[in-house]
Amino acid sequence: MKKVSFSKLKKIYENSLKIRILEETISREYKKNKMRCPTHLSIGQEIVAASVGILSKKEDYFISYHRSHAHYLSKGGDIIKFIHELHGLSTGCSKGIGGSMHLIDLKKNFYGSTAVVSSSIPIGVGLALSKQLSKEAGVVFIFIGDASIEEGVFFEALNFVILKNLPVIFVCENNSFSVYTHLSKRQPRGRKIYKLVESFGIKSFFANQSETIKMINTINKVISFSKFSKKPAFIEIKNFRYLEHCGPNYDDNLNYRNNREISFWTKNDAVFILEKYLVKLDKTFNHKEFKDSFIKFVNRIFRKIYMNNKPNKINLKNFVYKKA
Amino acid sequence: MIKFKDSINLALDHSLRSNNRLICFGLGVNDPSRFFETTKKLLEKYGENRVFETPTSENAMTGIGIGLAINNYPCVMMHQRLDFFLLAMDQLVNNAAKWHFMYGGKKSVPITIRLIIGKGWGQGPTHSQSLQSWFAHIPGLKVVMPSLPSNAYSLLIQSIKDPNPVIFIEHRWLHEISEKKINKKKIKIGDCQLLSKGKDLTVITYSLSTIEIMNLKKIINKSGINFDHIDLLSIKPIDYKSIKKSLLKTKNLLILDSISNPICSVGSEIISLISRDKDIKLKNTPSMLTLPDISTPTSFYYTKNYYISKKDIIREIMRLTNKQIKIIIDRDLHDVPNPKFKGPF
Ligand SMILES: Cc1ncc(C[n+]2csc(CCOP(=O)(O)OP(=O)(O)O)c2C)c(N)n1
Ligand SMILES: [Mg+2]
Repeated sequence: MKKVSFSKLKKIYENSLKIRILEETISREYKKNKMRCPTHLSIGQEIVAASVGILSKKEDYFISYHRSHAHYLSKGGDIIKFIHELHGLSTGCSKGIGGSMHLIDLKKNFYGSTAVVSSSIPIGVGLALSKQLSKEAGVVFIFIGDASIEEGVFFEALNFVILKNLPVIFVCENNSFSVYTHLSKRQPRGRKIYKLVESFGIKSFFANQSETIKMINTINKVISFSKFSKKPAFIEIKNFRYLEHCGPNYDDNLNYRNNREISFWTKNDAVFILEKYLVKLDKTFNHKEFKDSFIKFVNRIFRKIYMNNKPNKINLKNFVYKKA
Repeated sequence: MIKFKDSINLALDHSLRSNNRLICFGLGVNDPSRFFETTKKLLEKYGENRVFETPTSENAMTGIGIGLAINNYPCVMMHQRLDFFLLAMDQLVNNAAKWHFMYGGKKSVPITIRLIIGKGWGQGPTHSQSLQSWFAHIPGLKVVMPSLPSNAYSLLIQSIKDPNPVIFIEHRWLHEISEKKINKKKIKIGDCQLLSKGKDLTVITYSLSTIEIMNLKKIINKSGINFDHIDLLSIKPIDYKSIKKSLLKTKNLLILDSISNPICSVGSEIISLISRDKDIKLKNTPSMLTLPDISTPTSFYYTKNYYISKKDIIREIMRLTNKQIKIIIDRDLHDVPNPKFKGPF
């Protein structure tokens, strides 16, 4: 298996840095009460989306769940429309109707995210069937969390994917939590999600985000497997979110997470690990310019919104039905 | 003569022929009974990519249909009983109904969901529910309920062409109903049809209740009672304009909501609409006949007084019009659509 190249790794790094900067800005600015919608930030988990975004192809589709900022952004989703969406503006990617949990950018083949746990899974499968029927290139990446596999519809969808051999790659980000509830209270001890899923008859992979470079190579392996075997695949990635389940703050004062776990994951921050790795490979690697200019770009978007945050009037009635 | 079930088959055939991206699927579409014979020959004509059997996964299959539909493959999904489709409420309500709305009009979901409802022959509590008003409650859905072969044909074609999700509900007892020839005239979703005219009373029906009143029309008319018969055809949108026009004339209303339980029903919605309309002044309090607020029992003996009978309808019309109708002796069994029917479902 060929390792992911330096230039790709660099792109993955930039992609995750962008997501982190955006998410941290949202976390900071959220307190101004201008983004008035439930918001699930991806800080700590960016690298998964960032890697899939770089290693996949333009013609691949993404579909995602409530924690979807990283997936949207990594696919190249429009950043200005994204921030406008969070502010409830009619210039947002969903005209302000959807908010943080309902993002879409069809130009980039980001087909949508939605917030009822597992609800978007069969839609991704339907998209894959449409690709198969029209013999269109590419696969559908269906992003899910660890709680997703506790819903029946996941298994219904999985069964159909295997039955019809559909071009699907499931990416399961296992951050051990469903809101405040740890995996141990939800799934039997010793269960390995990817093993369970594999037993249904789909090629399954596992990676740990703290072994960042290995994880990126595993993601690459999954993508090559799917491309060459023309079979669906599943990958579980162990990772960790830094902030509260929903909202802009840290909430570890609530003591629902183990201190050892928290310090392990903060010490093994994937964006940091990748940065160090890149510097080791190339002493001249320097992202400061990139970072500064991106921060400026983001701040300008927020500033502009603050200067003029009146949405254009839209008539909601026009969106209930499409005119025949 | 053409039967209702054949008109459904013709409409599916026509739609599959005229749009080569249309996909049909559901449990039983390709089995030996061909979904109550409504899907016969479709597999042979259009192949398994376009007409296929599914796993018993109603919820996921609805989502898969949505995924197809948003990527330019309109779908017809079908369920042999509405009750089975209740497993798919997440996909229907959270996704199909809202996809166009919640992404600001980016994609709509051209999916038609055929649901069969039933009555009698022991259909019982979990094989007979008529939940049209559930679906009508959801913004983003349309709910269509044909009554005769001609309108079933036209409305199914229109439902499939509609860029929005349409719930298309067929009463199993209508499947054997026939017309001499189907009239292929286009009916717009949202338009009712006026099946007879008269000044004494407005009778509103839909689906099976349309046939129930048509079967009684002769004796009612013979007794000198003439009524506007409005067959709704579409529950959502509902043709309130036509209802109002008729009521301004007759000032007398009977809603035959006889396949439905009473609470938050189509009938109670119509009564709510007219009671909030200052132009409408009725002679009598509006009347509606529905099932009781009790789930359907299975036993032949228990269902006898559970369903609305011909007598119940005649009695209510006499009361509302203050006229006598020669009471008929009803020899039909209450739990079959015709004497030949032997179930089993
Ligand atoms: C069907 C359903 N049940 C409950 C919820 C409430 N809820 C929102 S997010 C969430 C946790 C999901 O956890 P996971 O899939 O692991 O994703 P994560 O939040 O960890 O990224 C829950 C239970 C929901 N949105 N949908
Ligand atoms: Mg989780």
